[in-house]
Amino acid sequence: MVKLTINGKSHSVDAPPDMPLLWVLRDLLGMNGTKFGCGAALCGACTVHLDGSPRRSCVMPVSAAVGHRVTTIEAIGETPVGHRVQRAWLDLEVIQCGYCQSGQIMAAAALLAKIPAPTDTDIDQALSGNICRCGTYPRIREAIKLAARAPAPARKEV
Amino acid sequence: MERLSRRQLLVASAAAGGGFLLGWRLDALPRVLAAAAAGSEPAFAPNAFIRVGRDGRVTLVMCQVEMGQGTYTSMPMLLAEELEVGLDQVHLEHAPPDDKLYGLPGFGIQVTGASTSVRLLYEPLRRAGATARTMLVAAAAQTWNADPGSCRAQKGLVTHTPTGRKLTYGALADRAATMPVPTQVALKAPEDFKLIGTPAKRLDTPAKTNGKTQYGIDFRIPGMKIATVAASPVVGGRVASVDDGKARAMKGVHQVVRLDDAVAVVADDMWTAQRGLDALDIRWDDGPSGKIDTEEVVRGLAAASESPGIAARNDGDALAALAAAPSRIESVYDVPFLAHAALEPMNCTVHVLPDRCRVWTGSQILPRVQEQAARVTGLPPEKIEVHNFYLGGGFGRRLEVDNVPQAVRIAQQVDGPVKVIWTREEDMQHDVYRPHYYDRMSAALNAQGQPIAWMHRIVGPSIFARWAPPLFKDGLDEDALDSAVQLQYDIPSIRVEYVRHETPVLNTGFWRGVGNTHNNFVIESFMDELASAAKQDPVAFRRALLGKSPRARKVLDVAAEAAGWGRPLPDGHGRGVSVLYCSWGSYLAEVAEVSVSKAGEVRVDRVVCAVDCGVVVNPDTVKAQIEGGIIFGIGGTLWGEVTLKNGRVEQSNFHNYRVLRINETPSIEVHLVRNSEAPGGIGEPGTAVTGAALANAVFAATGRRIRKLPLENQLRTA
Repeated sequence: MVKLTINGKSHSVDAPPDMPLLWVLRDLLGMNGTKFGCGAALCGACTVHLDGSPRRSCVMPVSAAVGHRVTTIEAIGETPVGHRVQRAWLDLEVIQCGYCQSGQIMAAAALLAKIPAPTDTDIDQALSGNICRCGTYPRIREAIKLAARAPAPARKEV
Repeated sequence: MERLSRRQLLVASAAAGGGFLLGWRLDALPRVLAAAAAGSEPAFAPNAFIRVGRDGRVTLVMCQVEMGQGTYTSMPMLLAEELEVGLDQVHLEHAPPDDKLYGLPGFGIQVTGASTSVRLLYEPLRRAGATARTMLVAAAAQTWNADPGSCRAQKGLVTHTPTGRKLTYGALADRAATMPVPTQVALKAPEDFKLIGTPAKRLDTPAKTNGKTQYGIDFRIPGMKIATVAASPVVGGRVASVDDGKARAMKGVHQVVRLDDAVAVVADDMWTAQRGLDALDIRWDDGPSGKIDTEEVVRGLAAASESPGIAARNDGDALAALAAAPSRIESVYDVPFLAHAALEPMNCTVHVLPDRCRVWTGSQILPRVQEQAARVTGLPPEKIEVHNFYLGGGFGRRLEVDNVPQAVRIAQQVDGPVKVIWTREEDMQHDVYRPHYYDRMSAALNAQGQPIAWMHRIVGPSIFARWAPPLFKDGLDEDALDSAVQLQYDIPSIRVEYVRHETPVLNTGFWRGVGNTHNNFVIESFMDELASAAKQDPVAFRRALLGKSPRARKVLDVAAEAAGWGRPLPDGHGRGVSVLYCSWGSYLAEVAEVSVSKAGEVRVDRVVCAVDCGVVVNPDTVKAQIEGGIIFGIGGTLWGEVTLKNGRVEQSNFHNYRVLRINETPSIEVHLVRNSEAPGGIGEPGTAVTGAALANAVFAATGRRIRKLPLENQLRTA
């Protein structure tokens, strides 16, 4: 059994140590918000936080998460920065198909936790690993800037 | 029913007991059915799109699928506008497959694609809303013994204006169901619109910020197993032998399913299934296509281009004018196969039972999912249950259902439900690709530099001949010819020919921007060649030829002005322009600004796009679609290419099928030219208009004319 702390809760899962965290989340725990896009850390759809830092869960063996705090899209809204990101995403209508957006939001929240007022270059560096086939990049960029400067809630029903 | 958000309830399909009626089809007689069982919802279901419960719940049934393009907001806007409810009062439900109820006008198929949703449903959905509202008002008037003309519907309430009495739609539902269905209803005048034309917030996005939205790949059902599959790497190939000993010995692997053209590993979870697949030793019989490379495909197209095609447009006598001209400009254009690479890999969950079959998958064309499952199982279509989902990208890929019969064949050998997920590599190498096209262009200019003859020969496969045979008429494929036959430029002799040439090996289908992705690149690049030969400015040259197309000229003016056309740029930078008009009914002009490094790397610095799509339903969605379309087009133009070696696709994942990323994304400005013309499509034109603008900008920056895509390959190798 592997013991994990995900979104503040303890889980014991019967997974081989080399199973990627992505499939532990999706197939063993039924947490489907984290997405499978490429399986090779090329697209960022599977981004989660490990102790607050963005990680590609599709290539991270579950054993590497033991003893660390895992945060997923399902709970990122419980952090102040995650909530601001989600709100900015809605205020600027970033989302189209939405499939990559779990990963985009996780990458953006990690960026803002580290750099509260990121430049365009900071945003490019932090988000260049997250592919969006619908082409929402211009709005992602603006929404990160909005989340960086807007503290007050504008829209509640997230 | 699963509650997704406070204001939006989505039910994973399922027709509510035959309560649907009255589509927009003329042969569907207007009727009303109350809900089958007393007390059950809905009380009032006046047509296939609207249900009102006694509790006042308004459910709108979405016949078009949501793949990011905003239909789950624009379709409700059309219905709610005339039904007189707010968008915050509606619940949405995926429609089940049913061509009779939901077939698109003109197509007869329930399909989401070709930028048709608003274009073809603008009036039918408003009419559906107005019909329901008229019946609710009639019910209120009867209750009050009042004149319906003295009653007014607003925000889900009917008010008797003289007395101020009010009744909710819920309270009126039962009586409304007994009212005669009006044969004619008055639609609102555009100046009375409260929703249409306003930037409405999307209804689907809140659940997409917190991981709650369900895509097909997220579906789970008790007892479900997970499979992943390797199909023959060559189209038409077969499994010769499989050694599955190692895979079957793995913990968590349930079985290995062998089909004639594929092998699947069925396991507890995707990772185990993938490891099982990796452990198989499969020998393939490649069949007749196992030796074919890209070069052979191009040779075939080039050879076919030597023969005349069937004329699709013939104004004047272009052949004679070209023969008589003292000099001609002649060029050959060549564009590659492209993969869709939607971020949600293809997947389909199937449970085959003795007397029925259940299918869960995100599709742009649900009735074909049903049809294929029926064909494979031998069950009648009504025994096939199909559940749709939000789509993690469509782009035309999910207009194909090739993965459905495969999943059903696997499920036939599995006890219980099985979710079949393609890996990214499987998805990339078993796509239904944008065709490789080959075009021959020739034109002649008069002494003033004006074009007097234009000849365009298009060589490529016919997607319609396979996908919708009735649309392949007289040897012509409307899609392969789109925008070429509608050429807006005022040239006395125009000839457009089509040579159908089915390129071997790869299956080809619709890709975002469809036939126009190739035609607009060719036409607008060649227009630039003519402007250059005439020693004229590319914008002025086009503008002078658009006297008969004021809408095209207007978007060109708006884009050129906003982009600062003509203002000097540093060395190595250039601006290019492109104009688009085709069957979508929208007019676009785009100016792209690029910089090209000495090594041949292209950076797109800025894109300005002017759009006239007639009546706008949701202006913010229009802008978002154009932005996204342009980004899709930039990646495709600069780097997009699927190549063949020994019949196999060489690209496998995003490291060798490069798509645009945020750090490569230019600033994009979209300018809407608003008017009251009929609504045009907006999902695809941004992609189609981009290729030529980039190639023309590269020409302005470097003096090099690129006629073969992808662009960067040519800059580096030529």
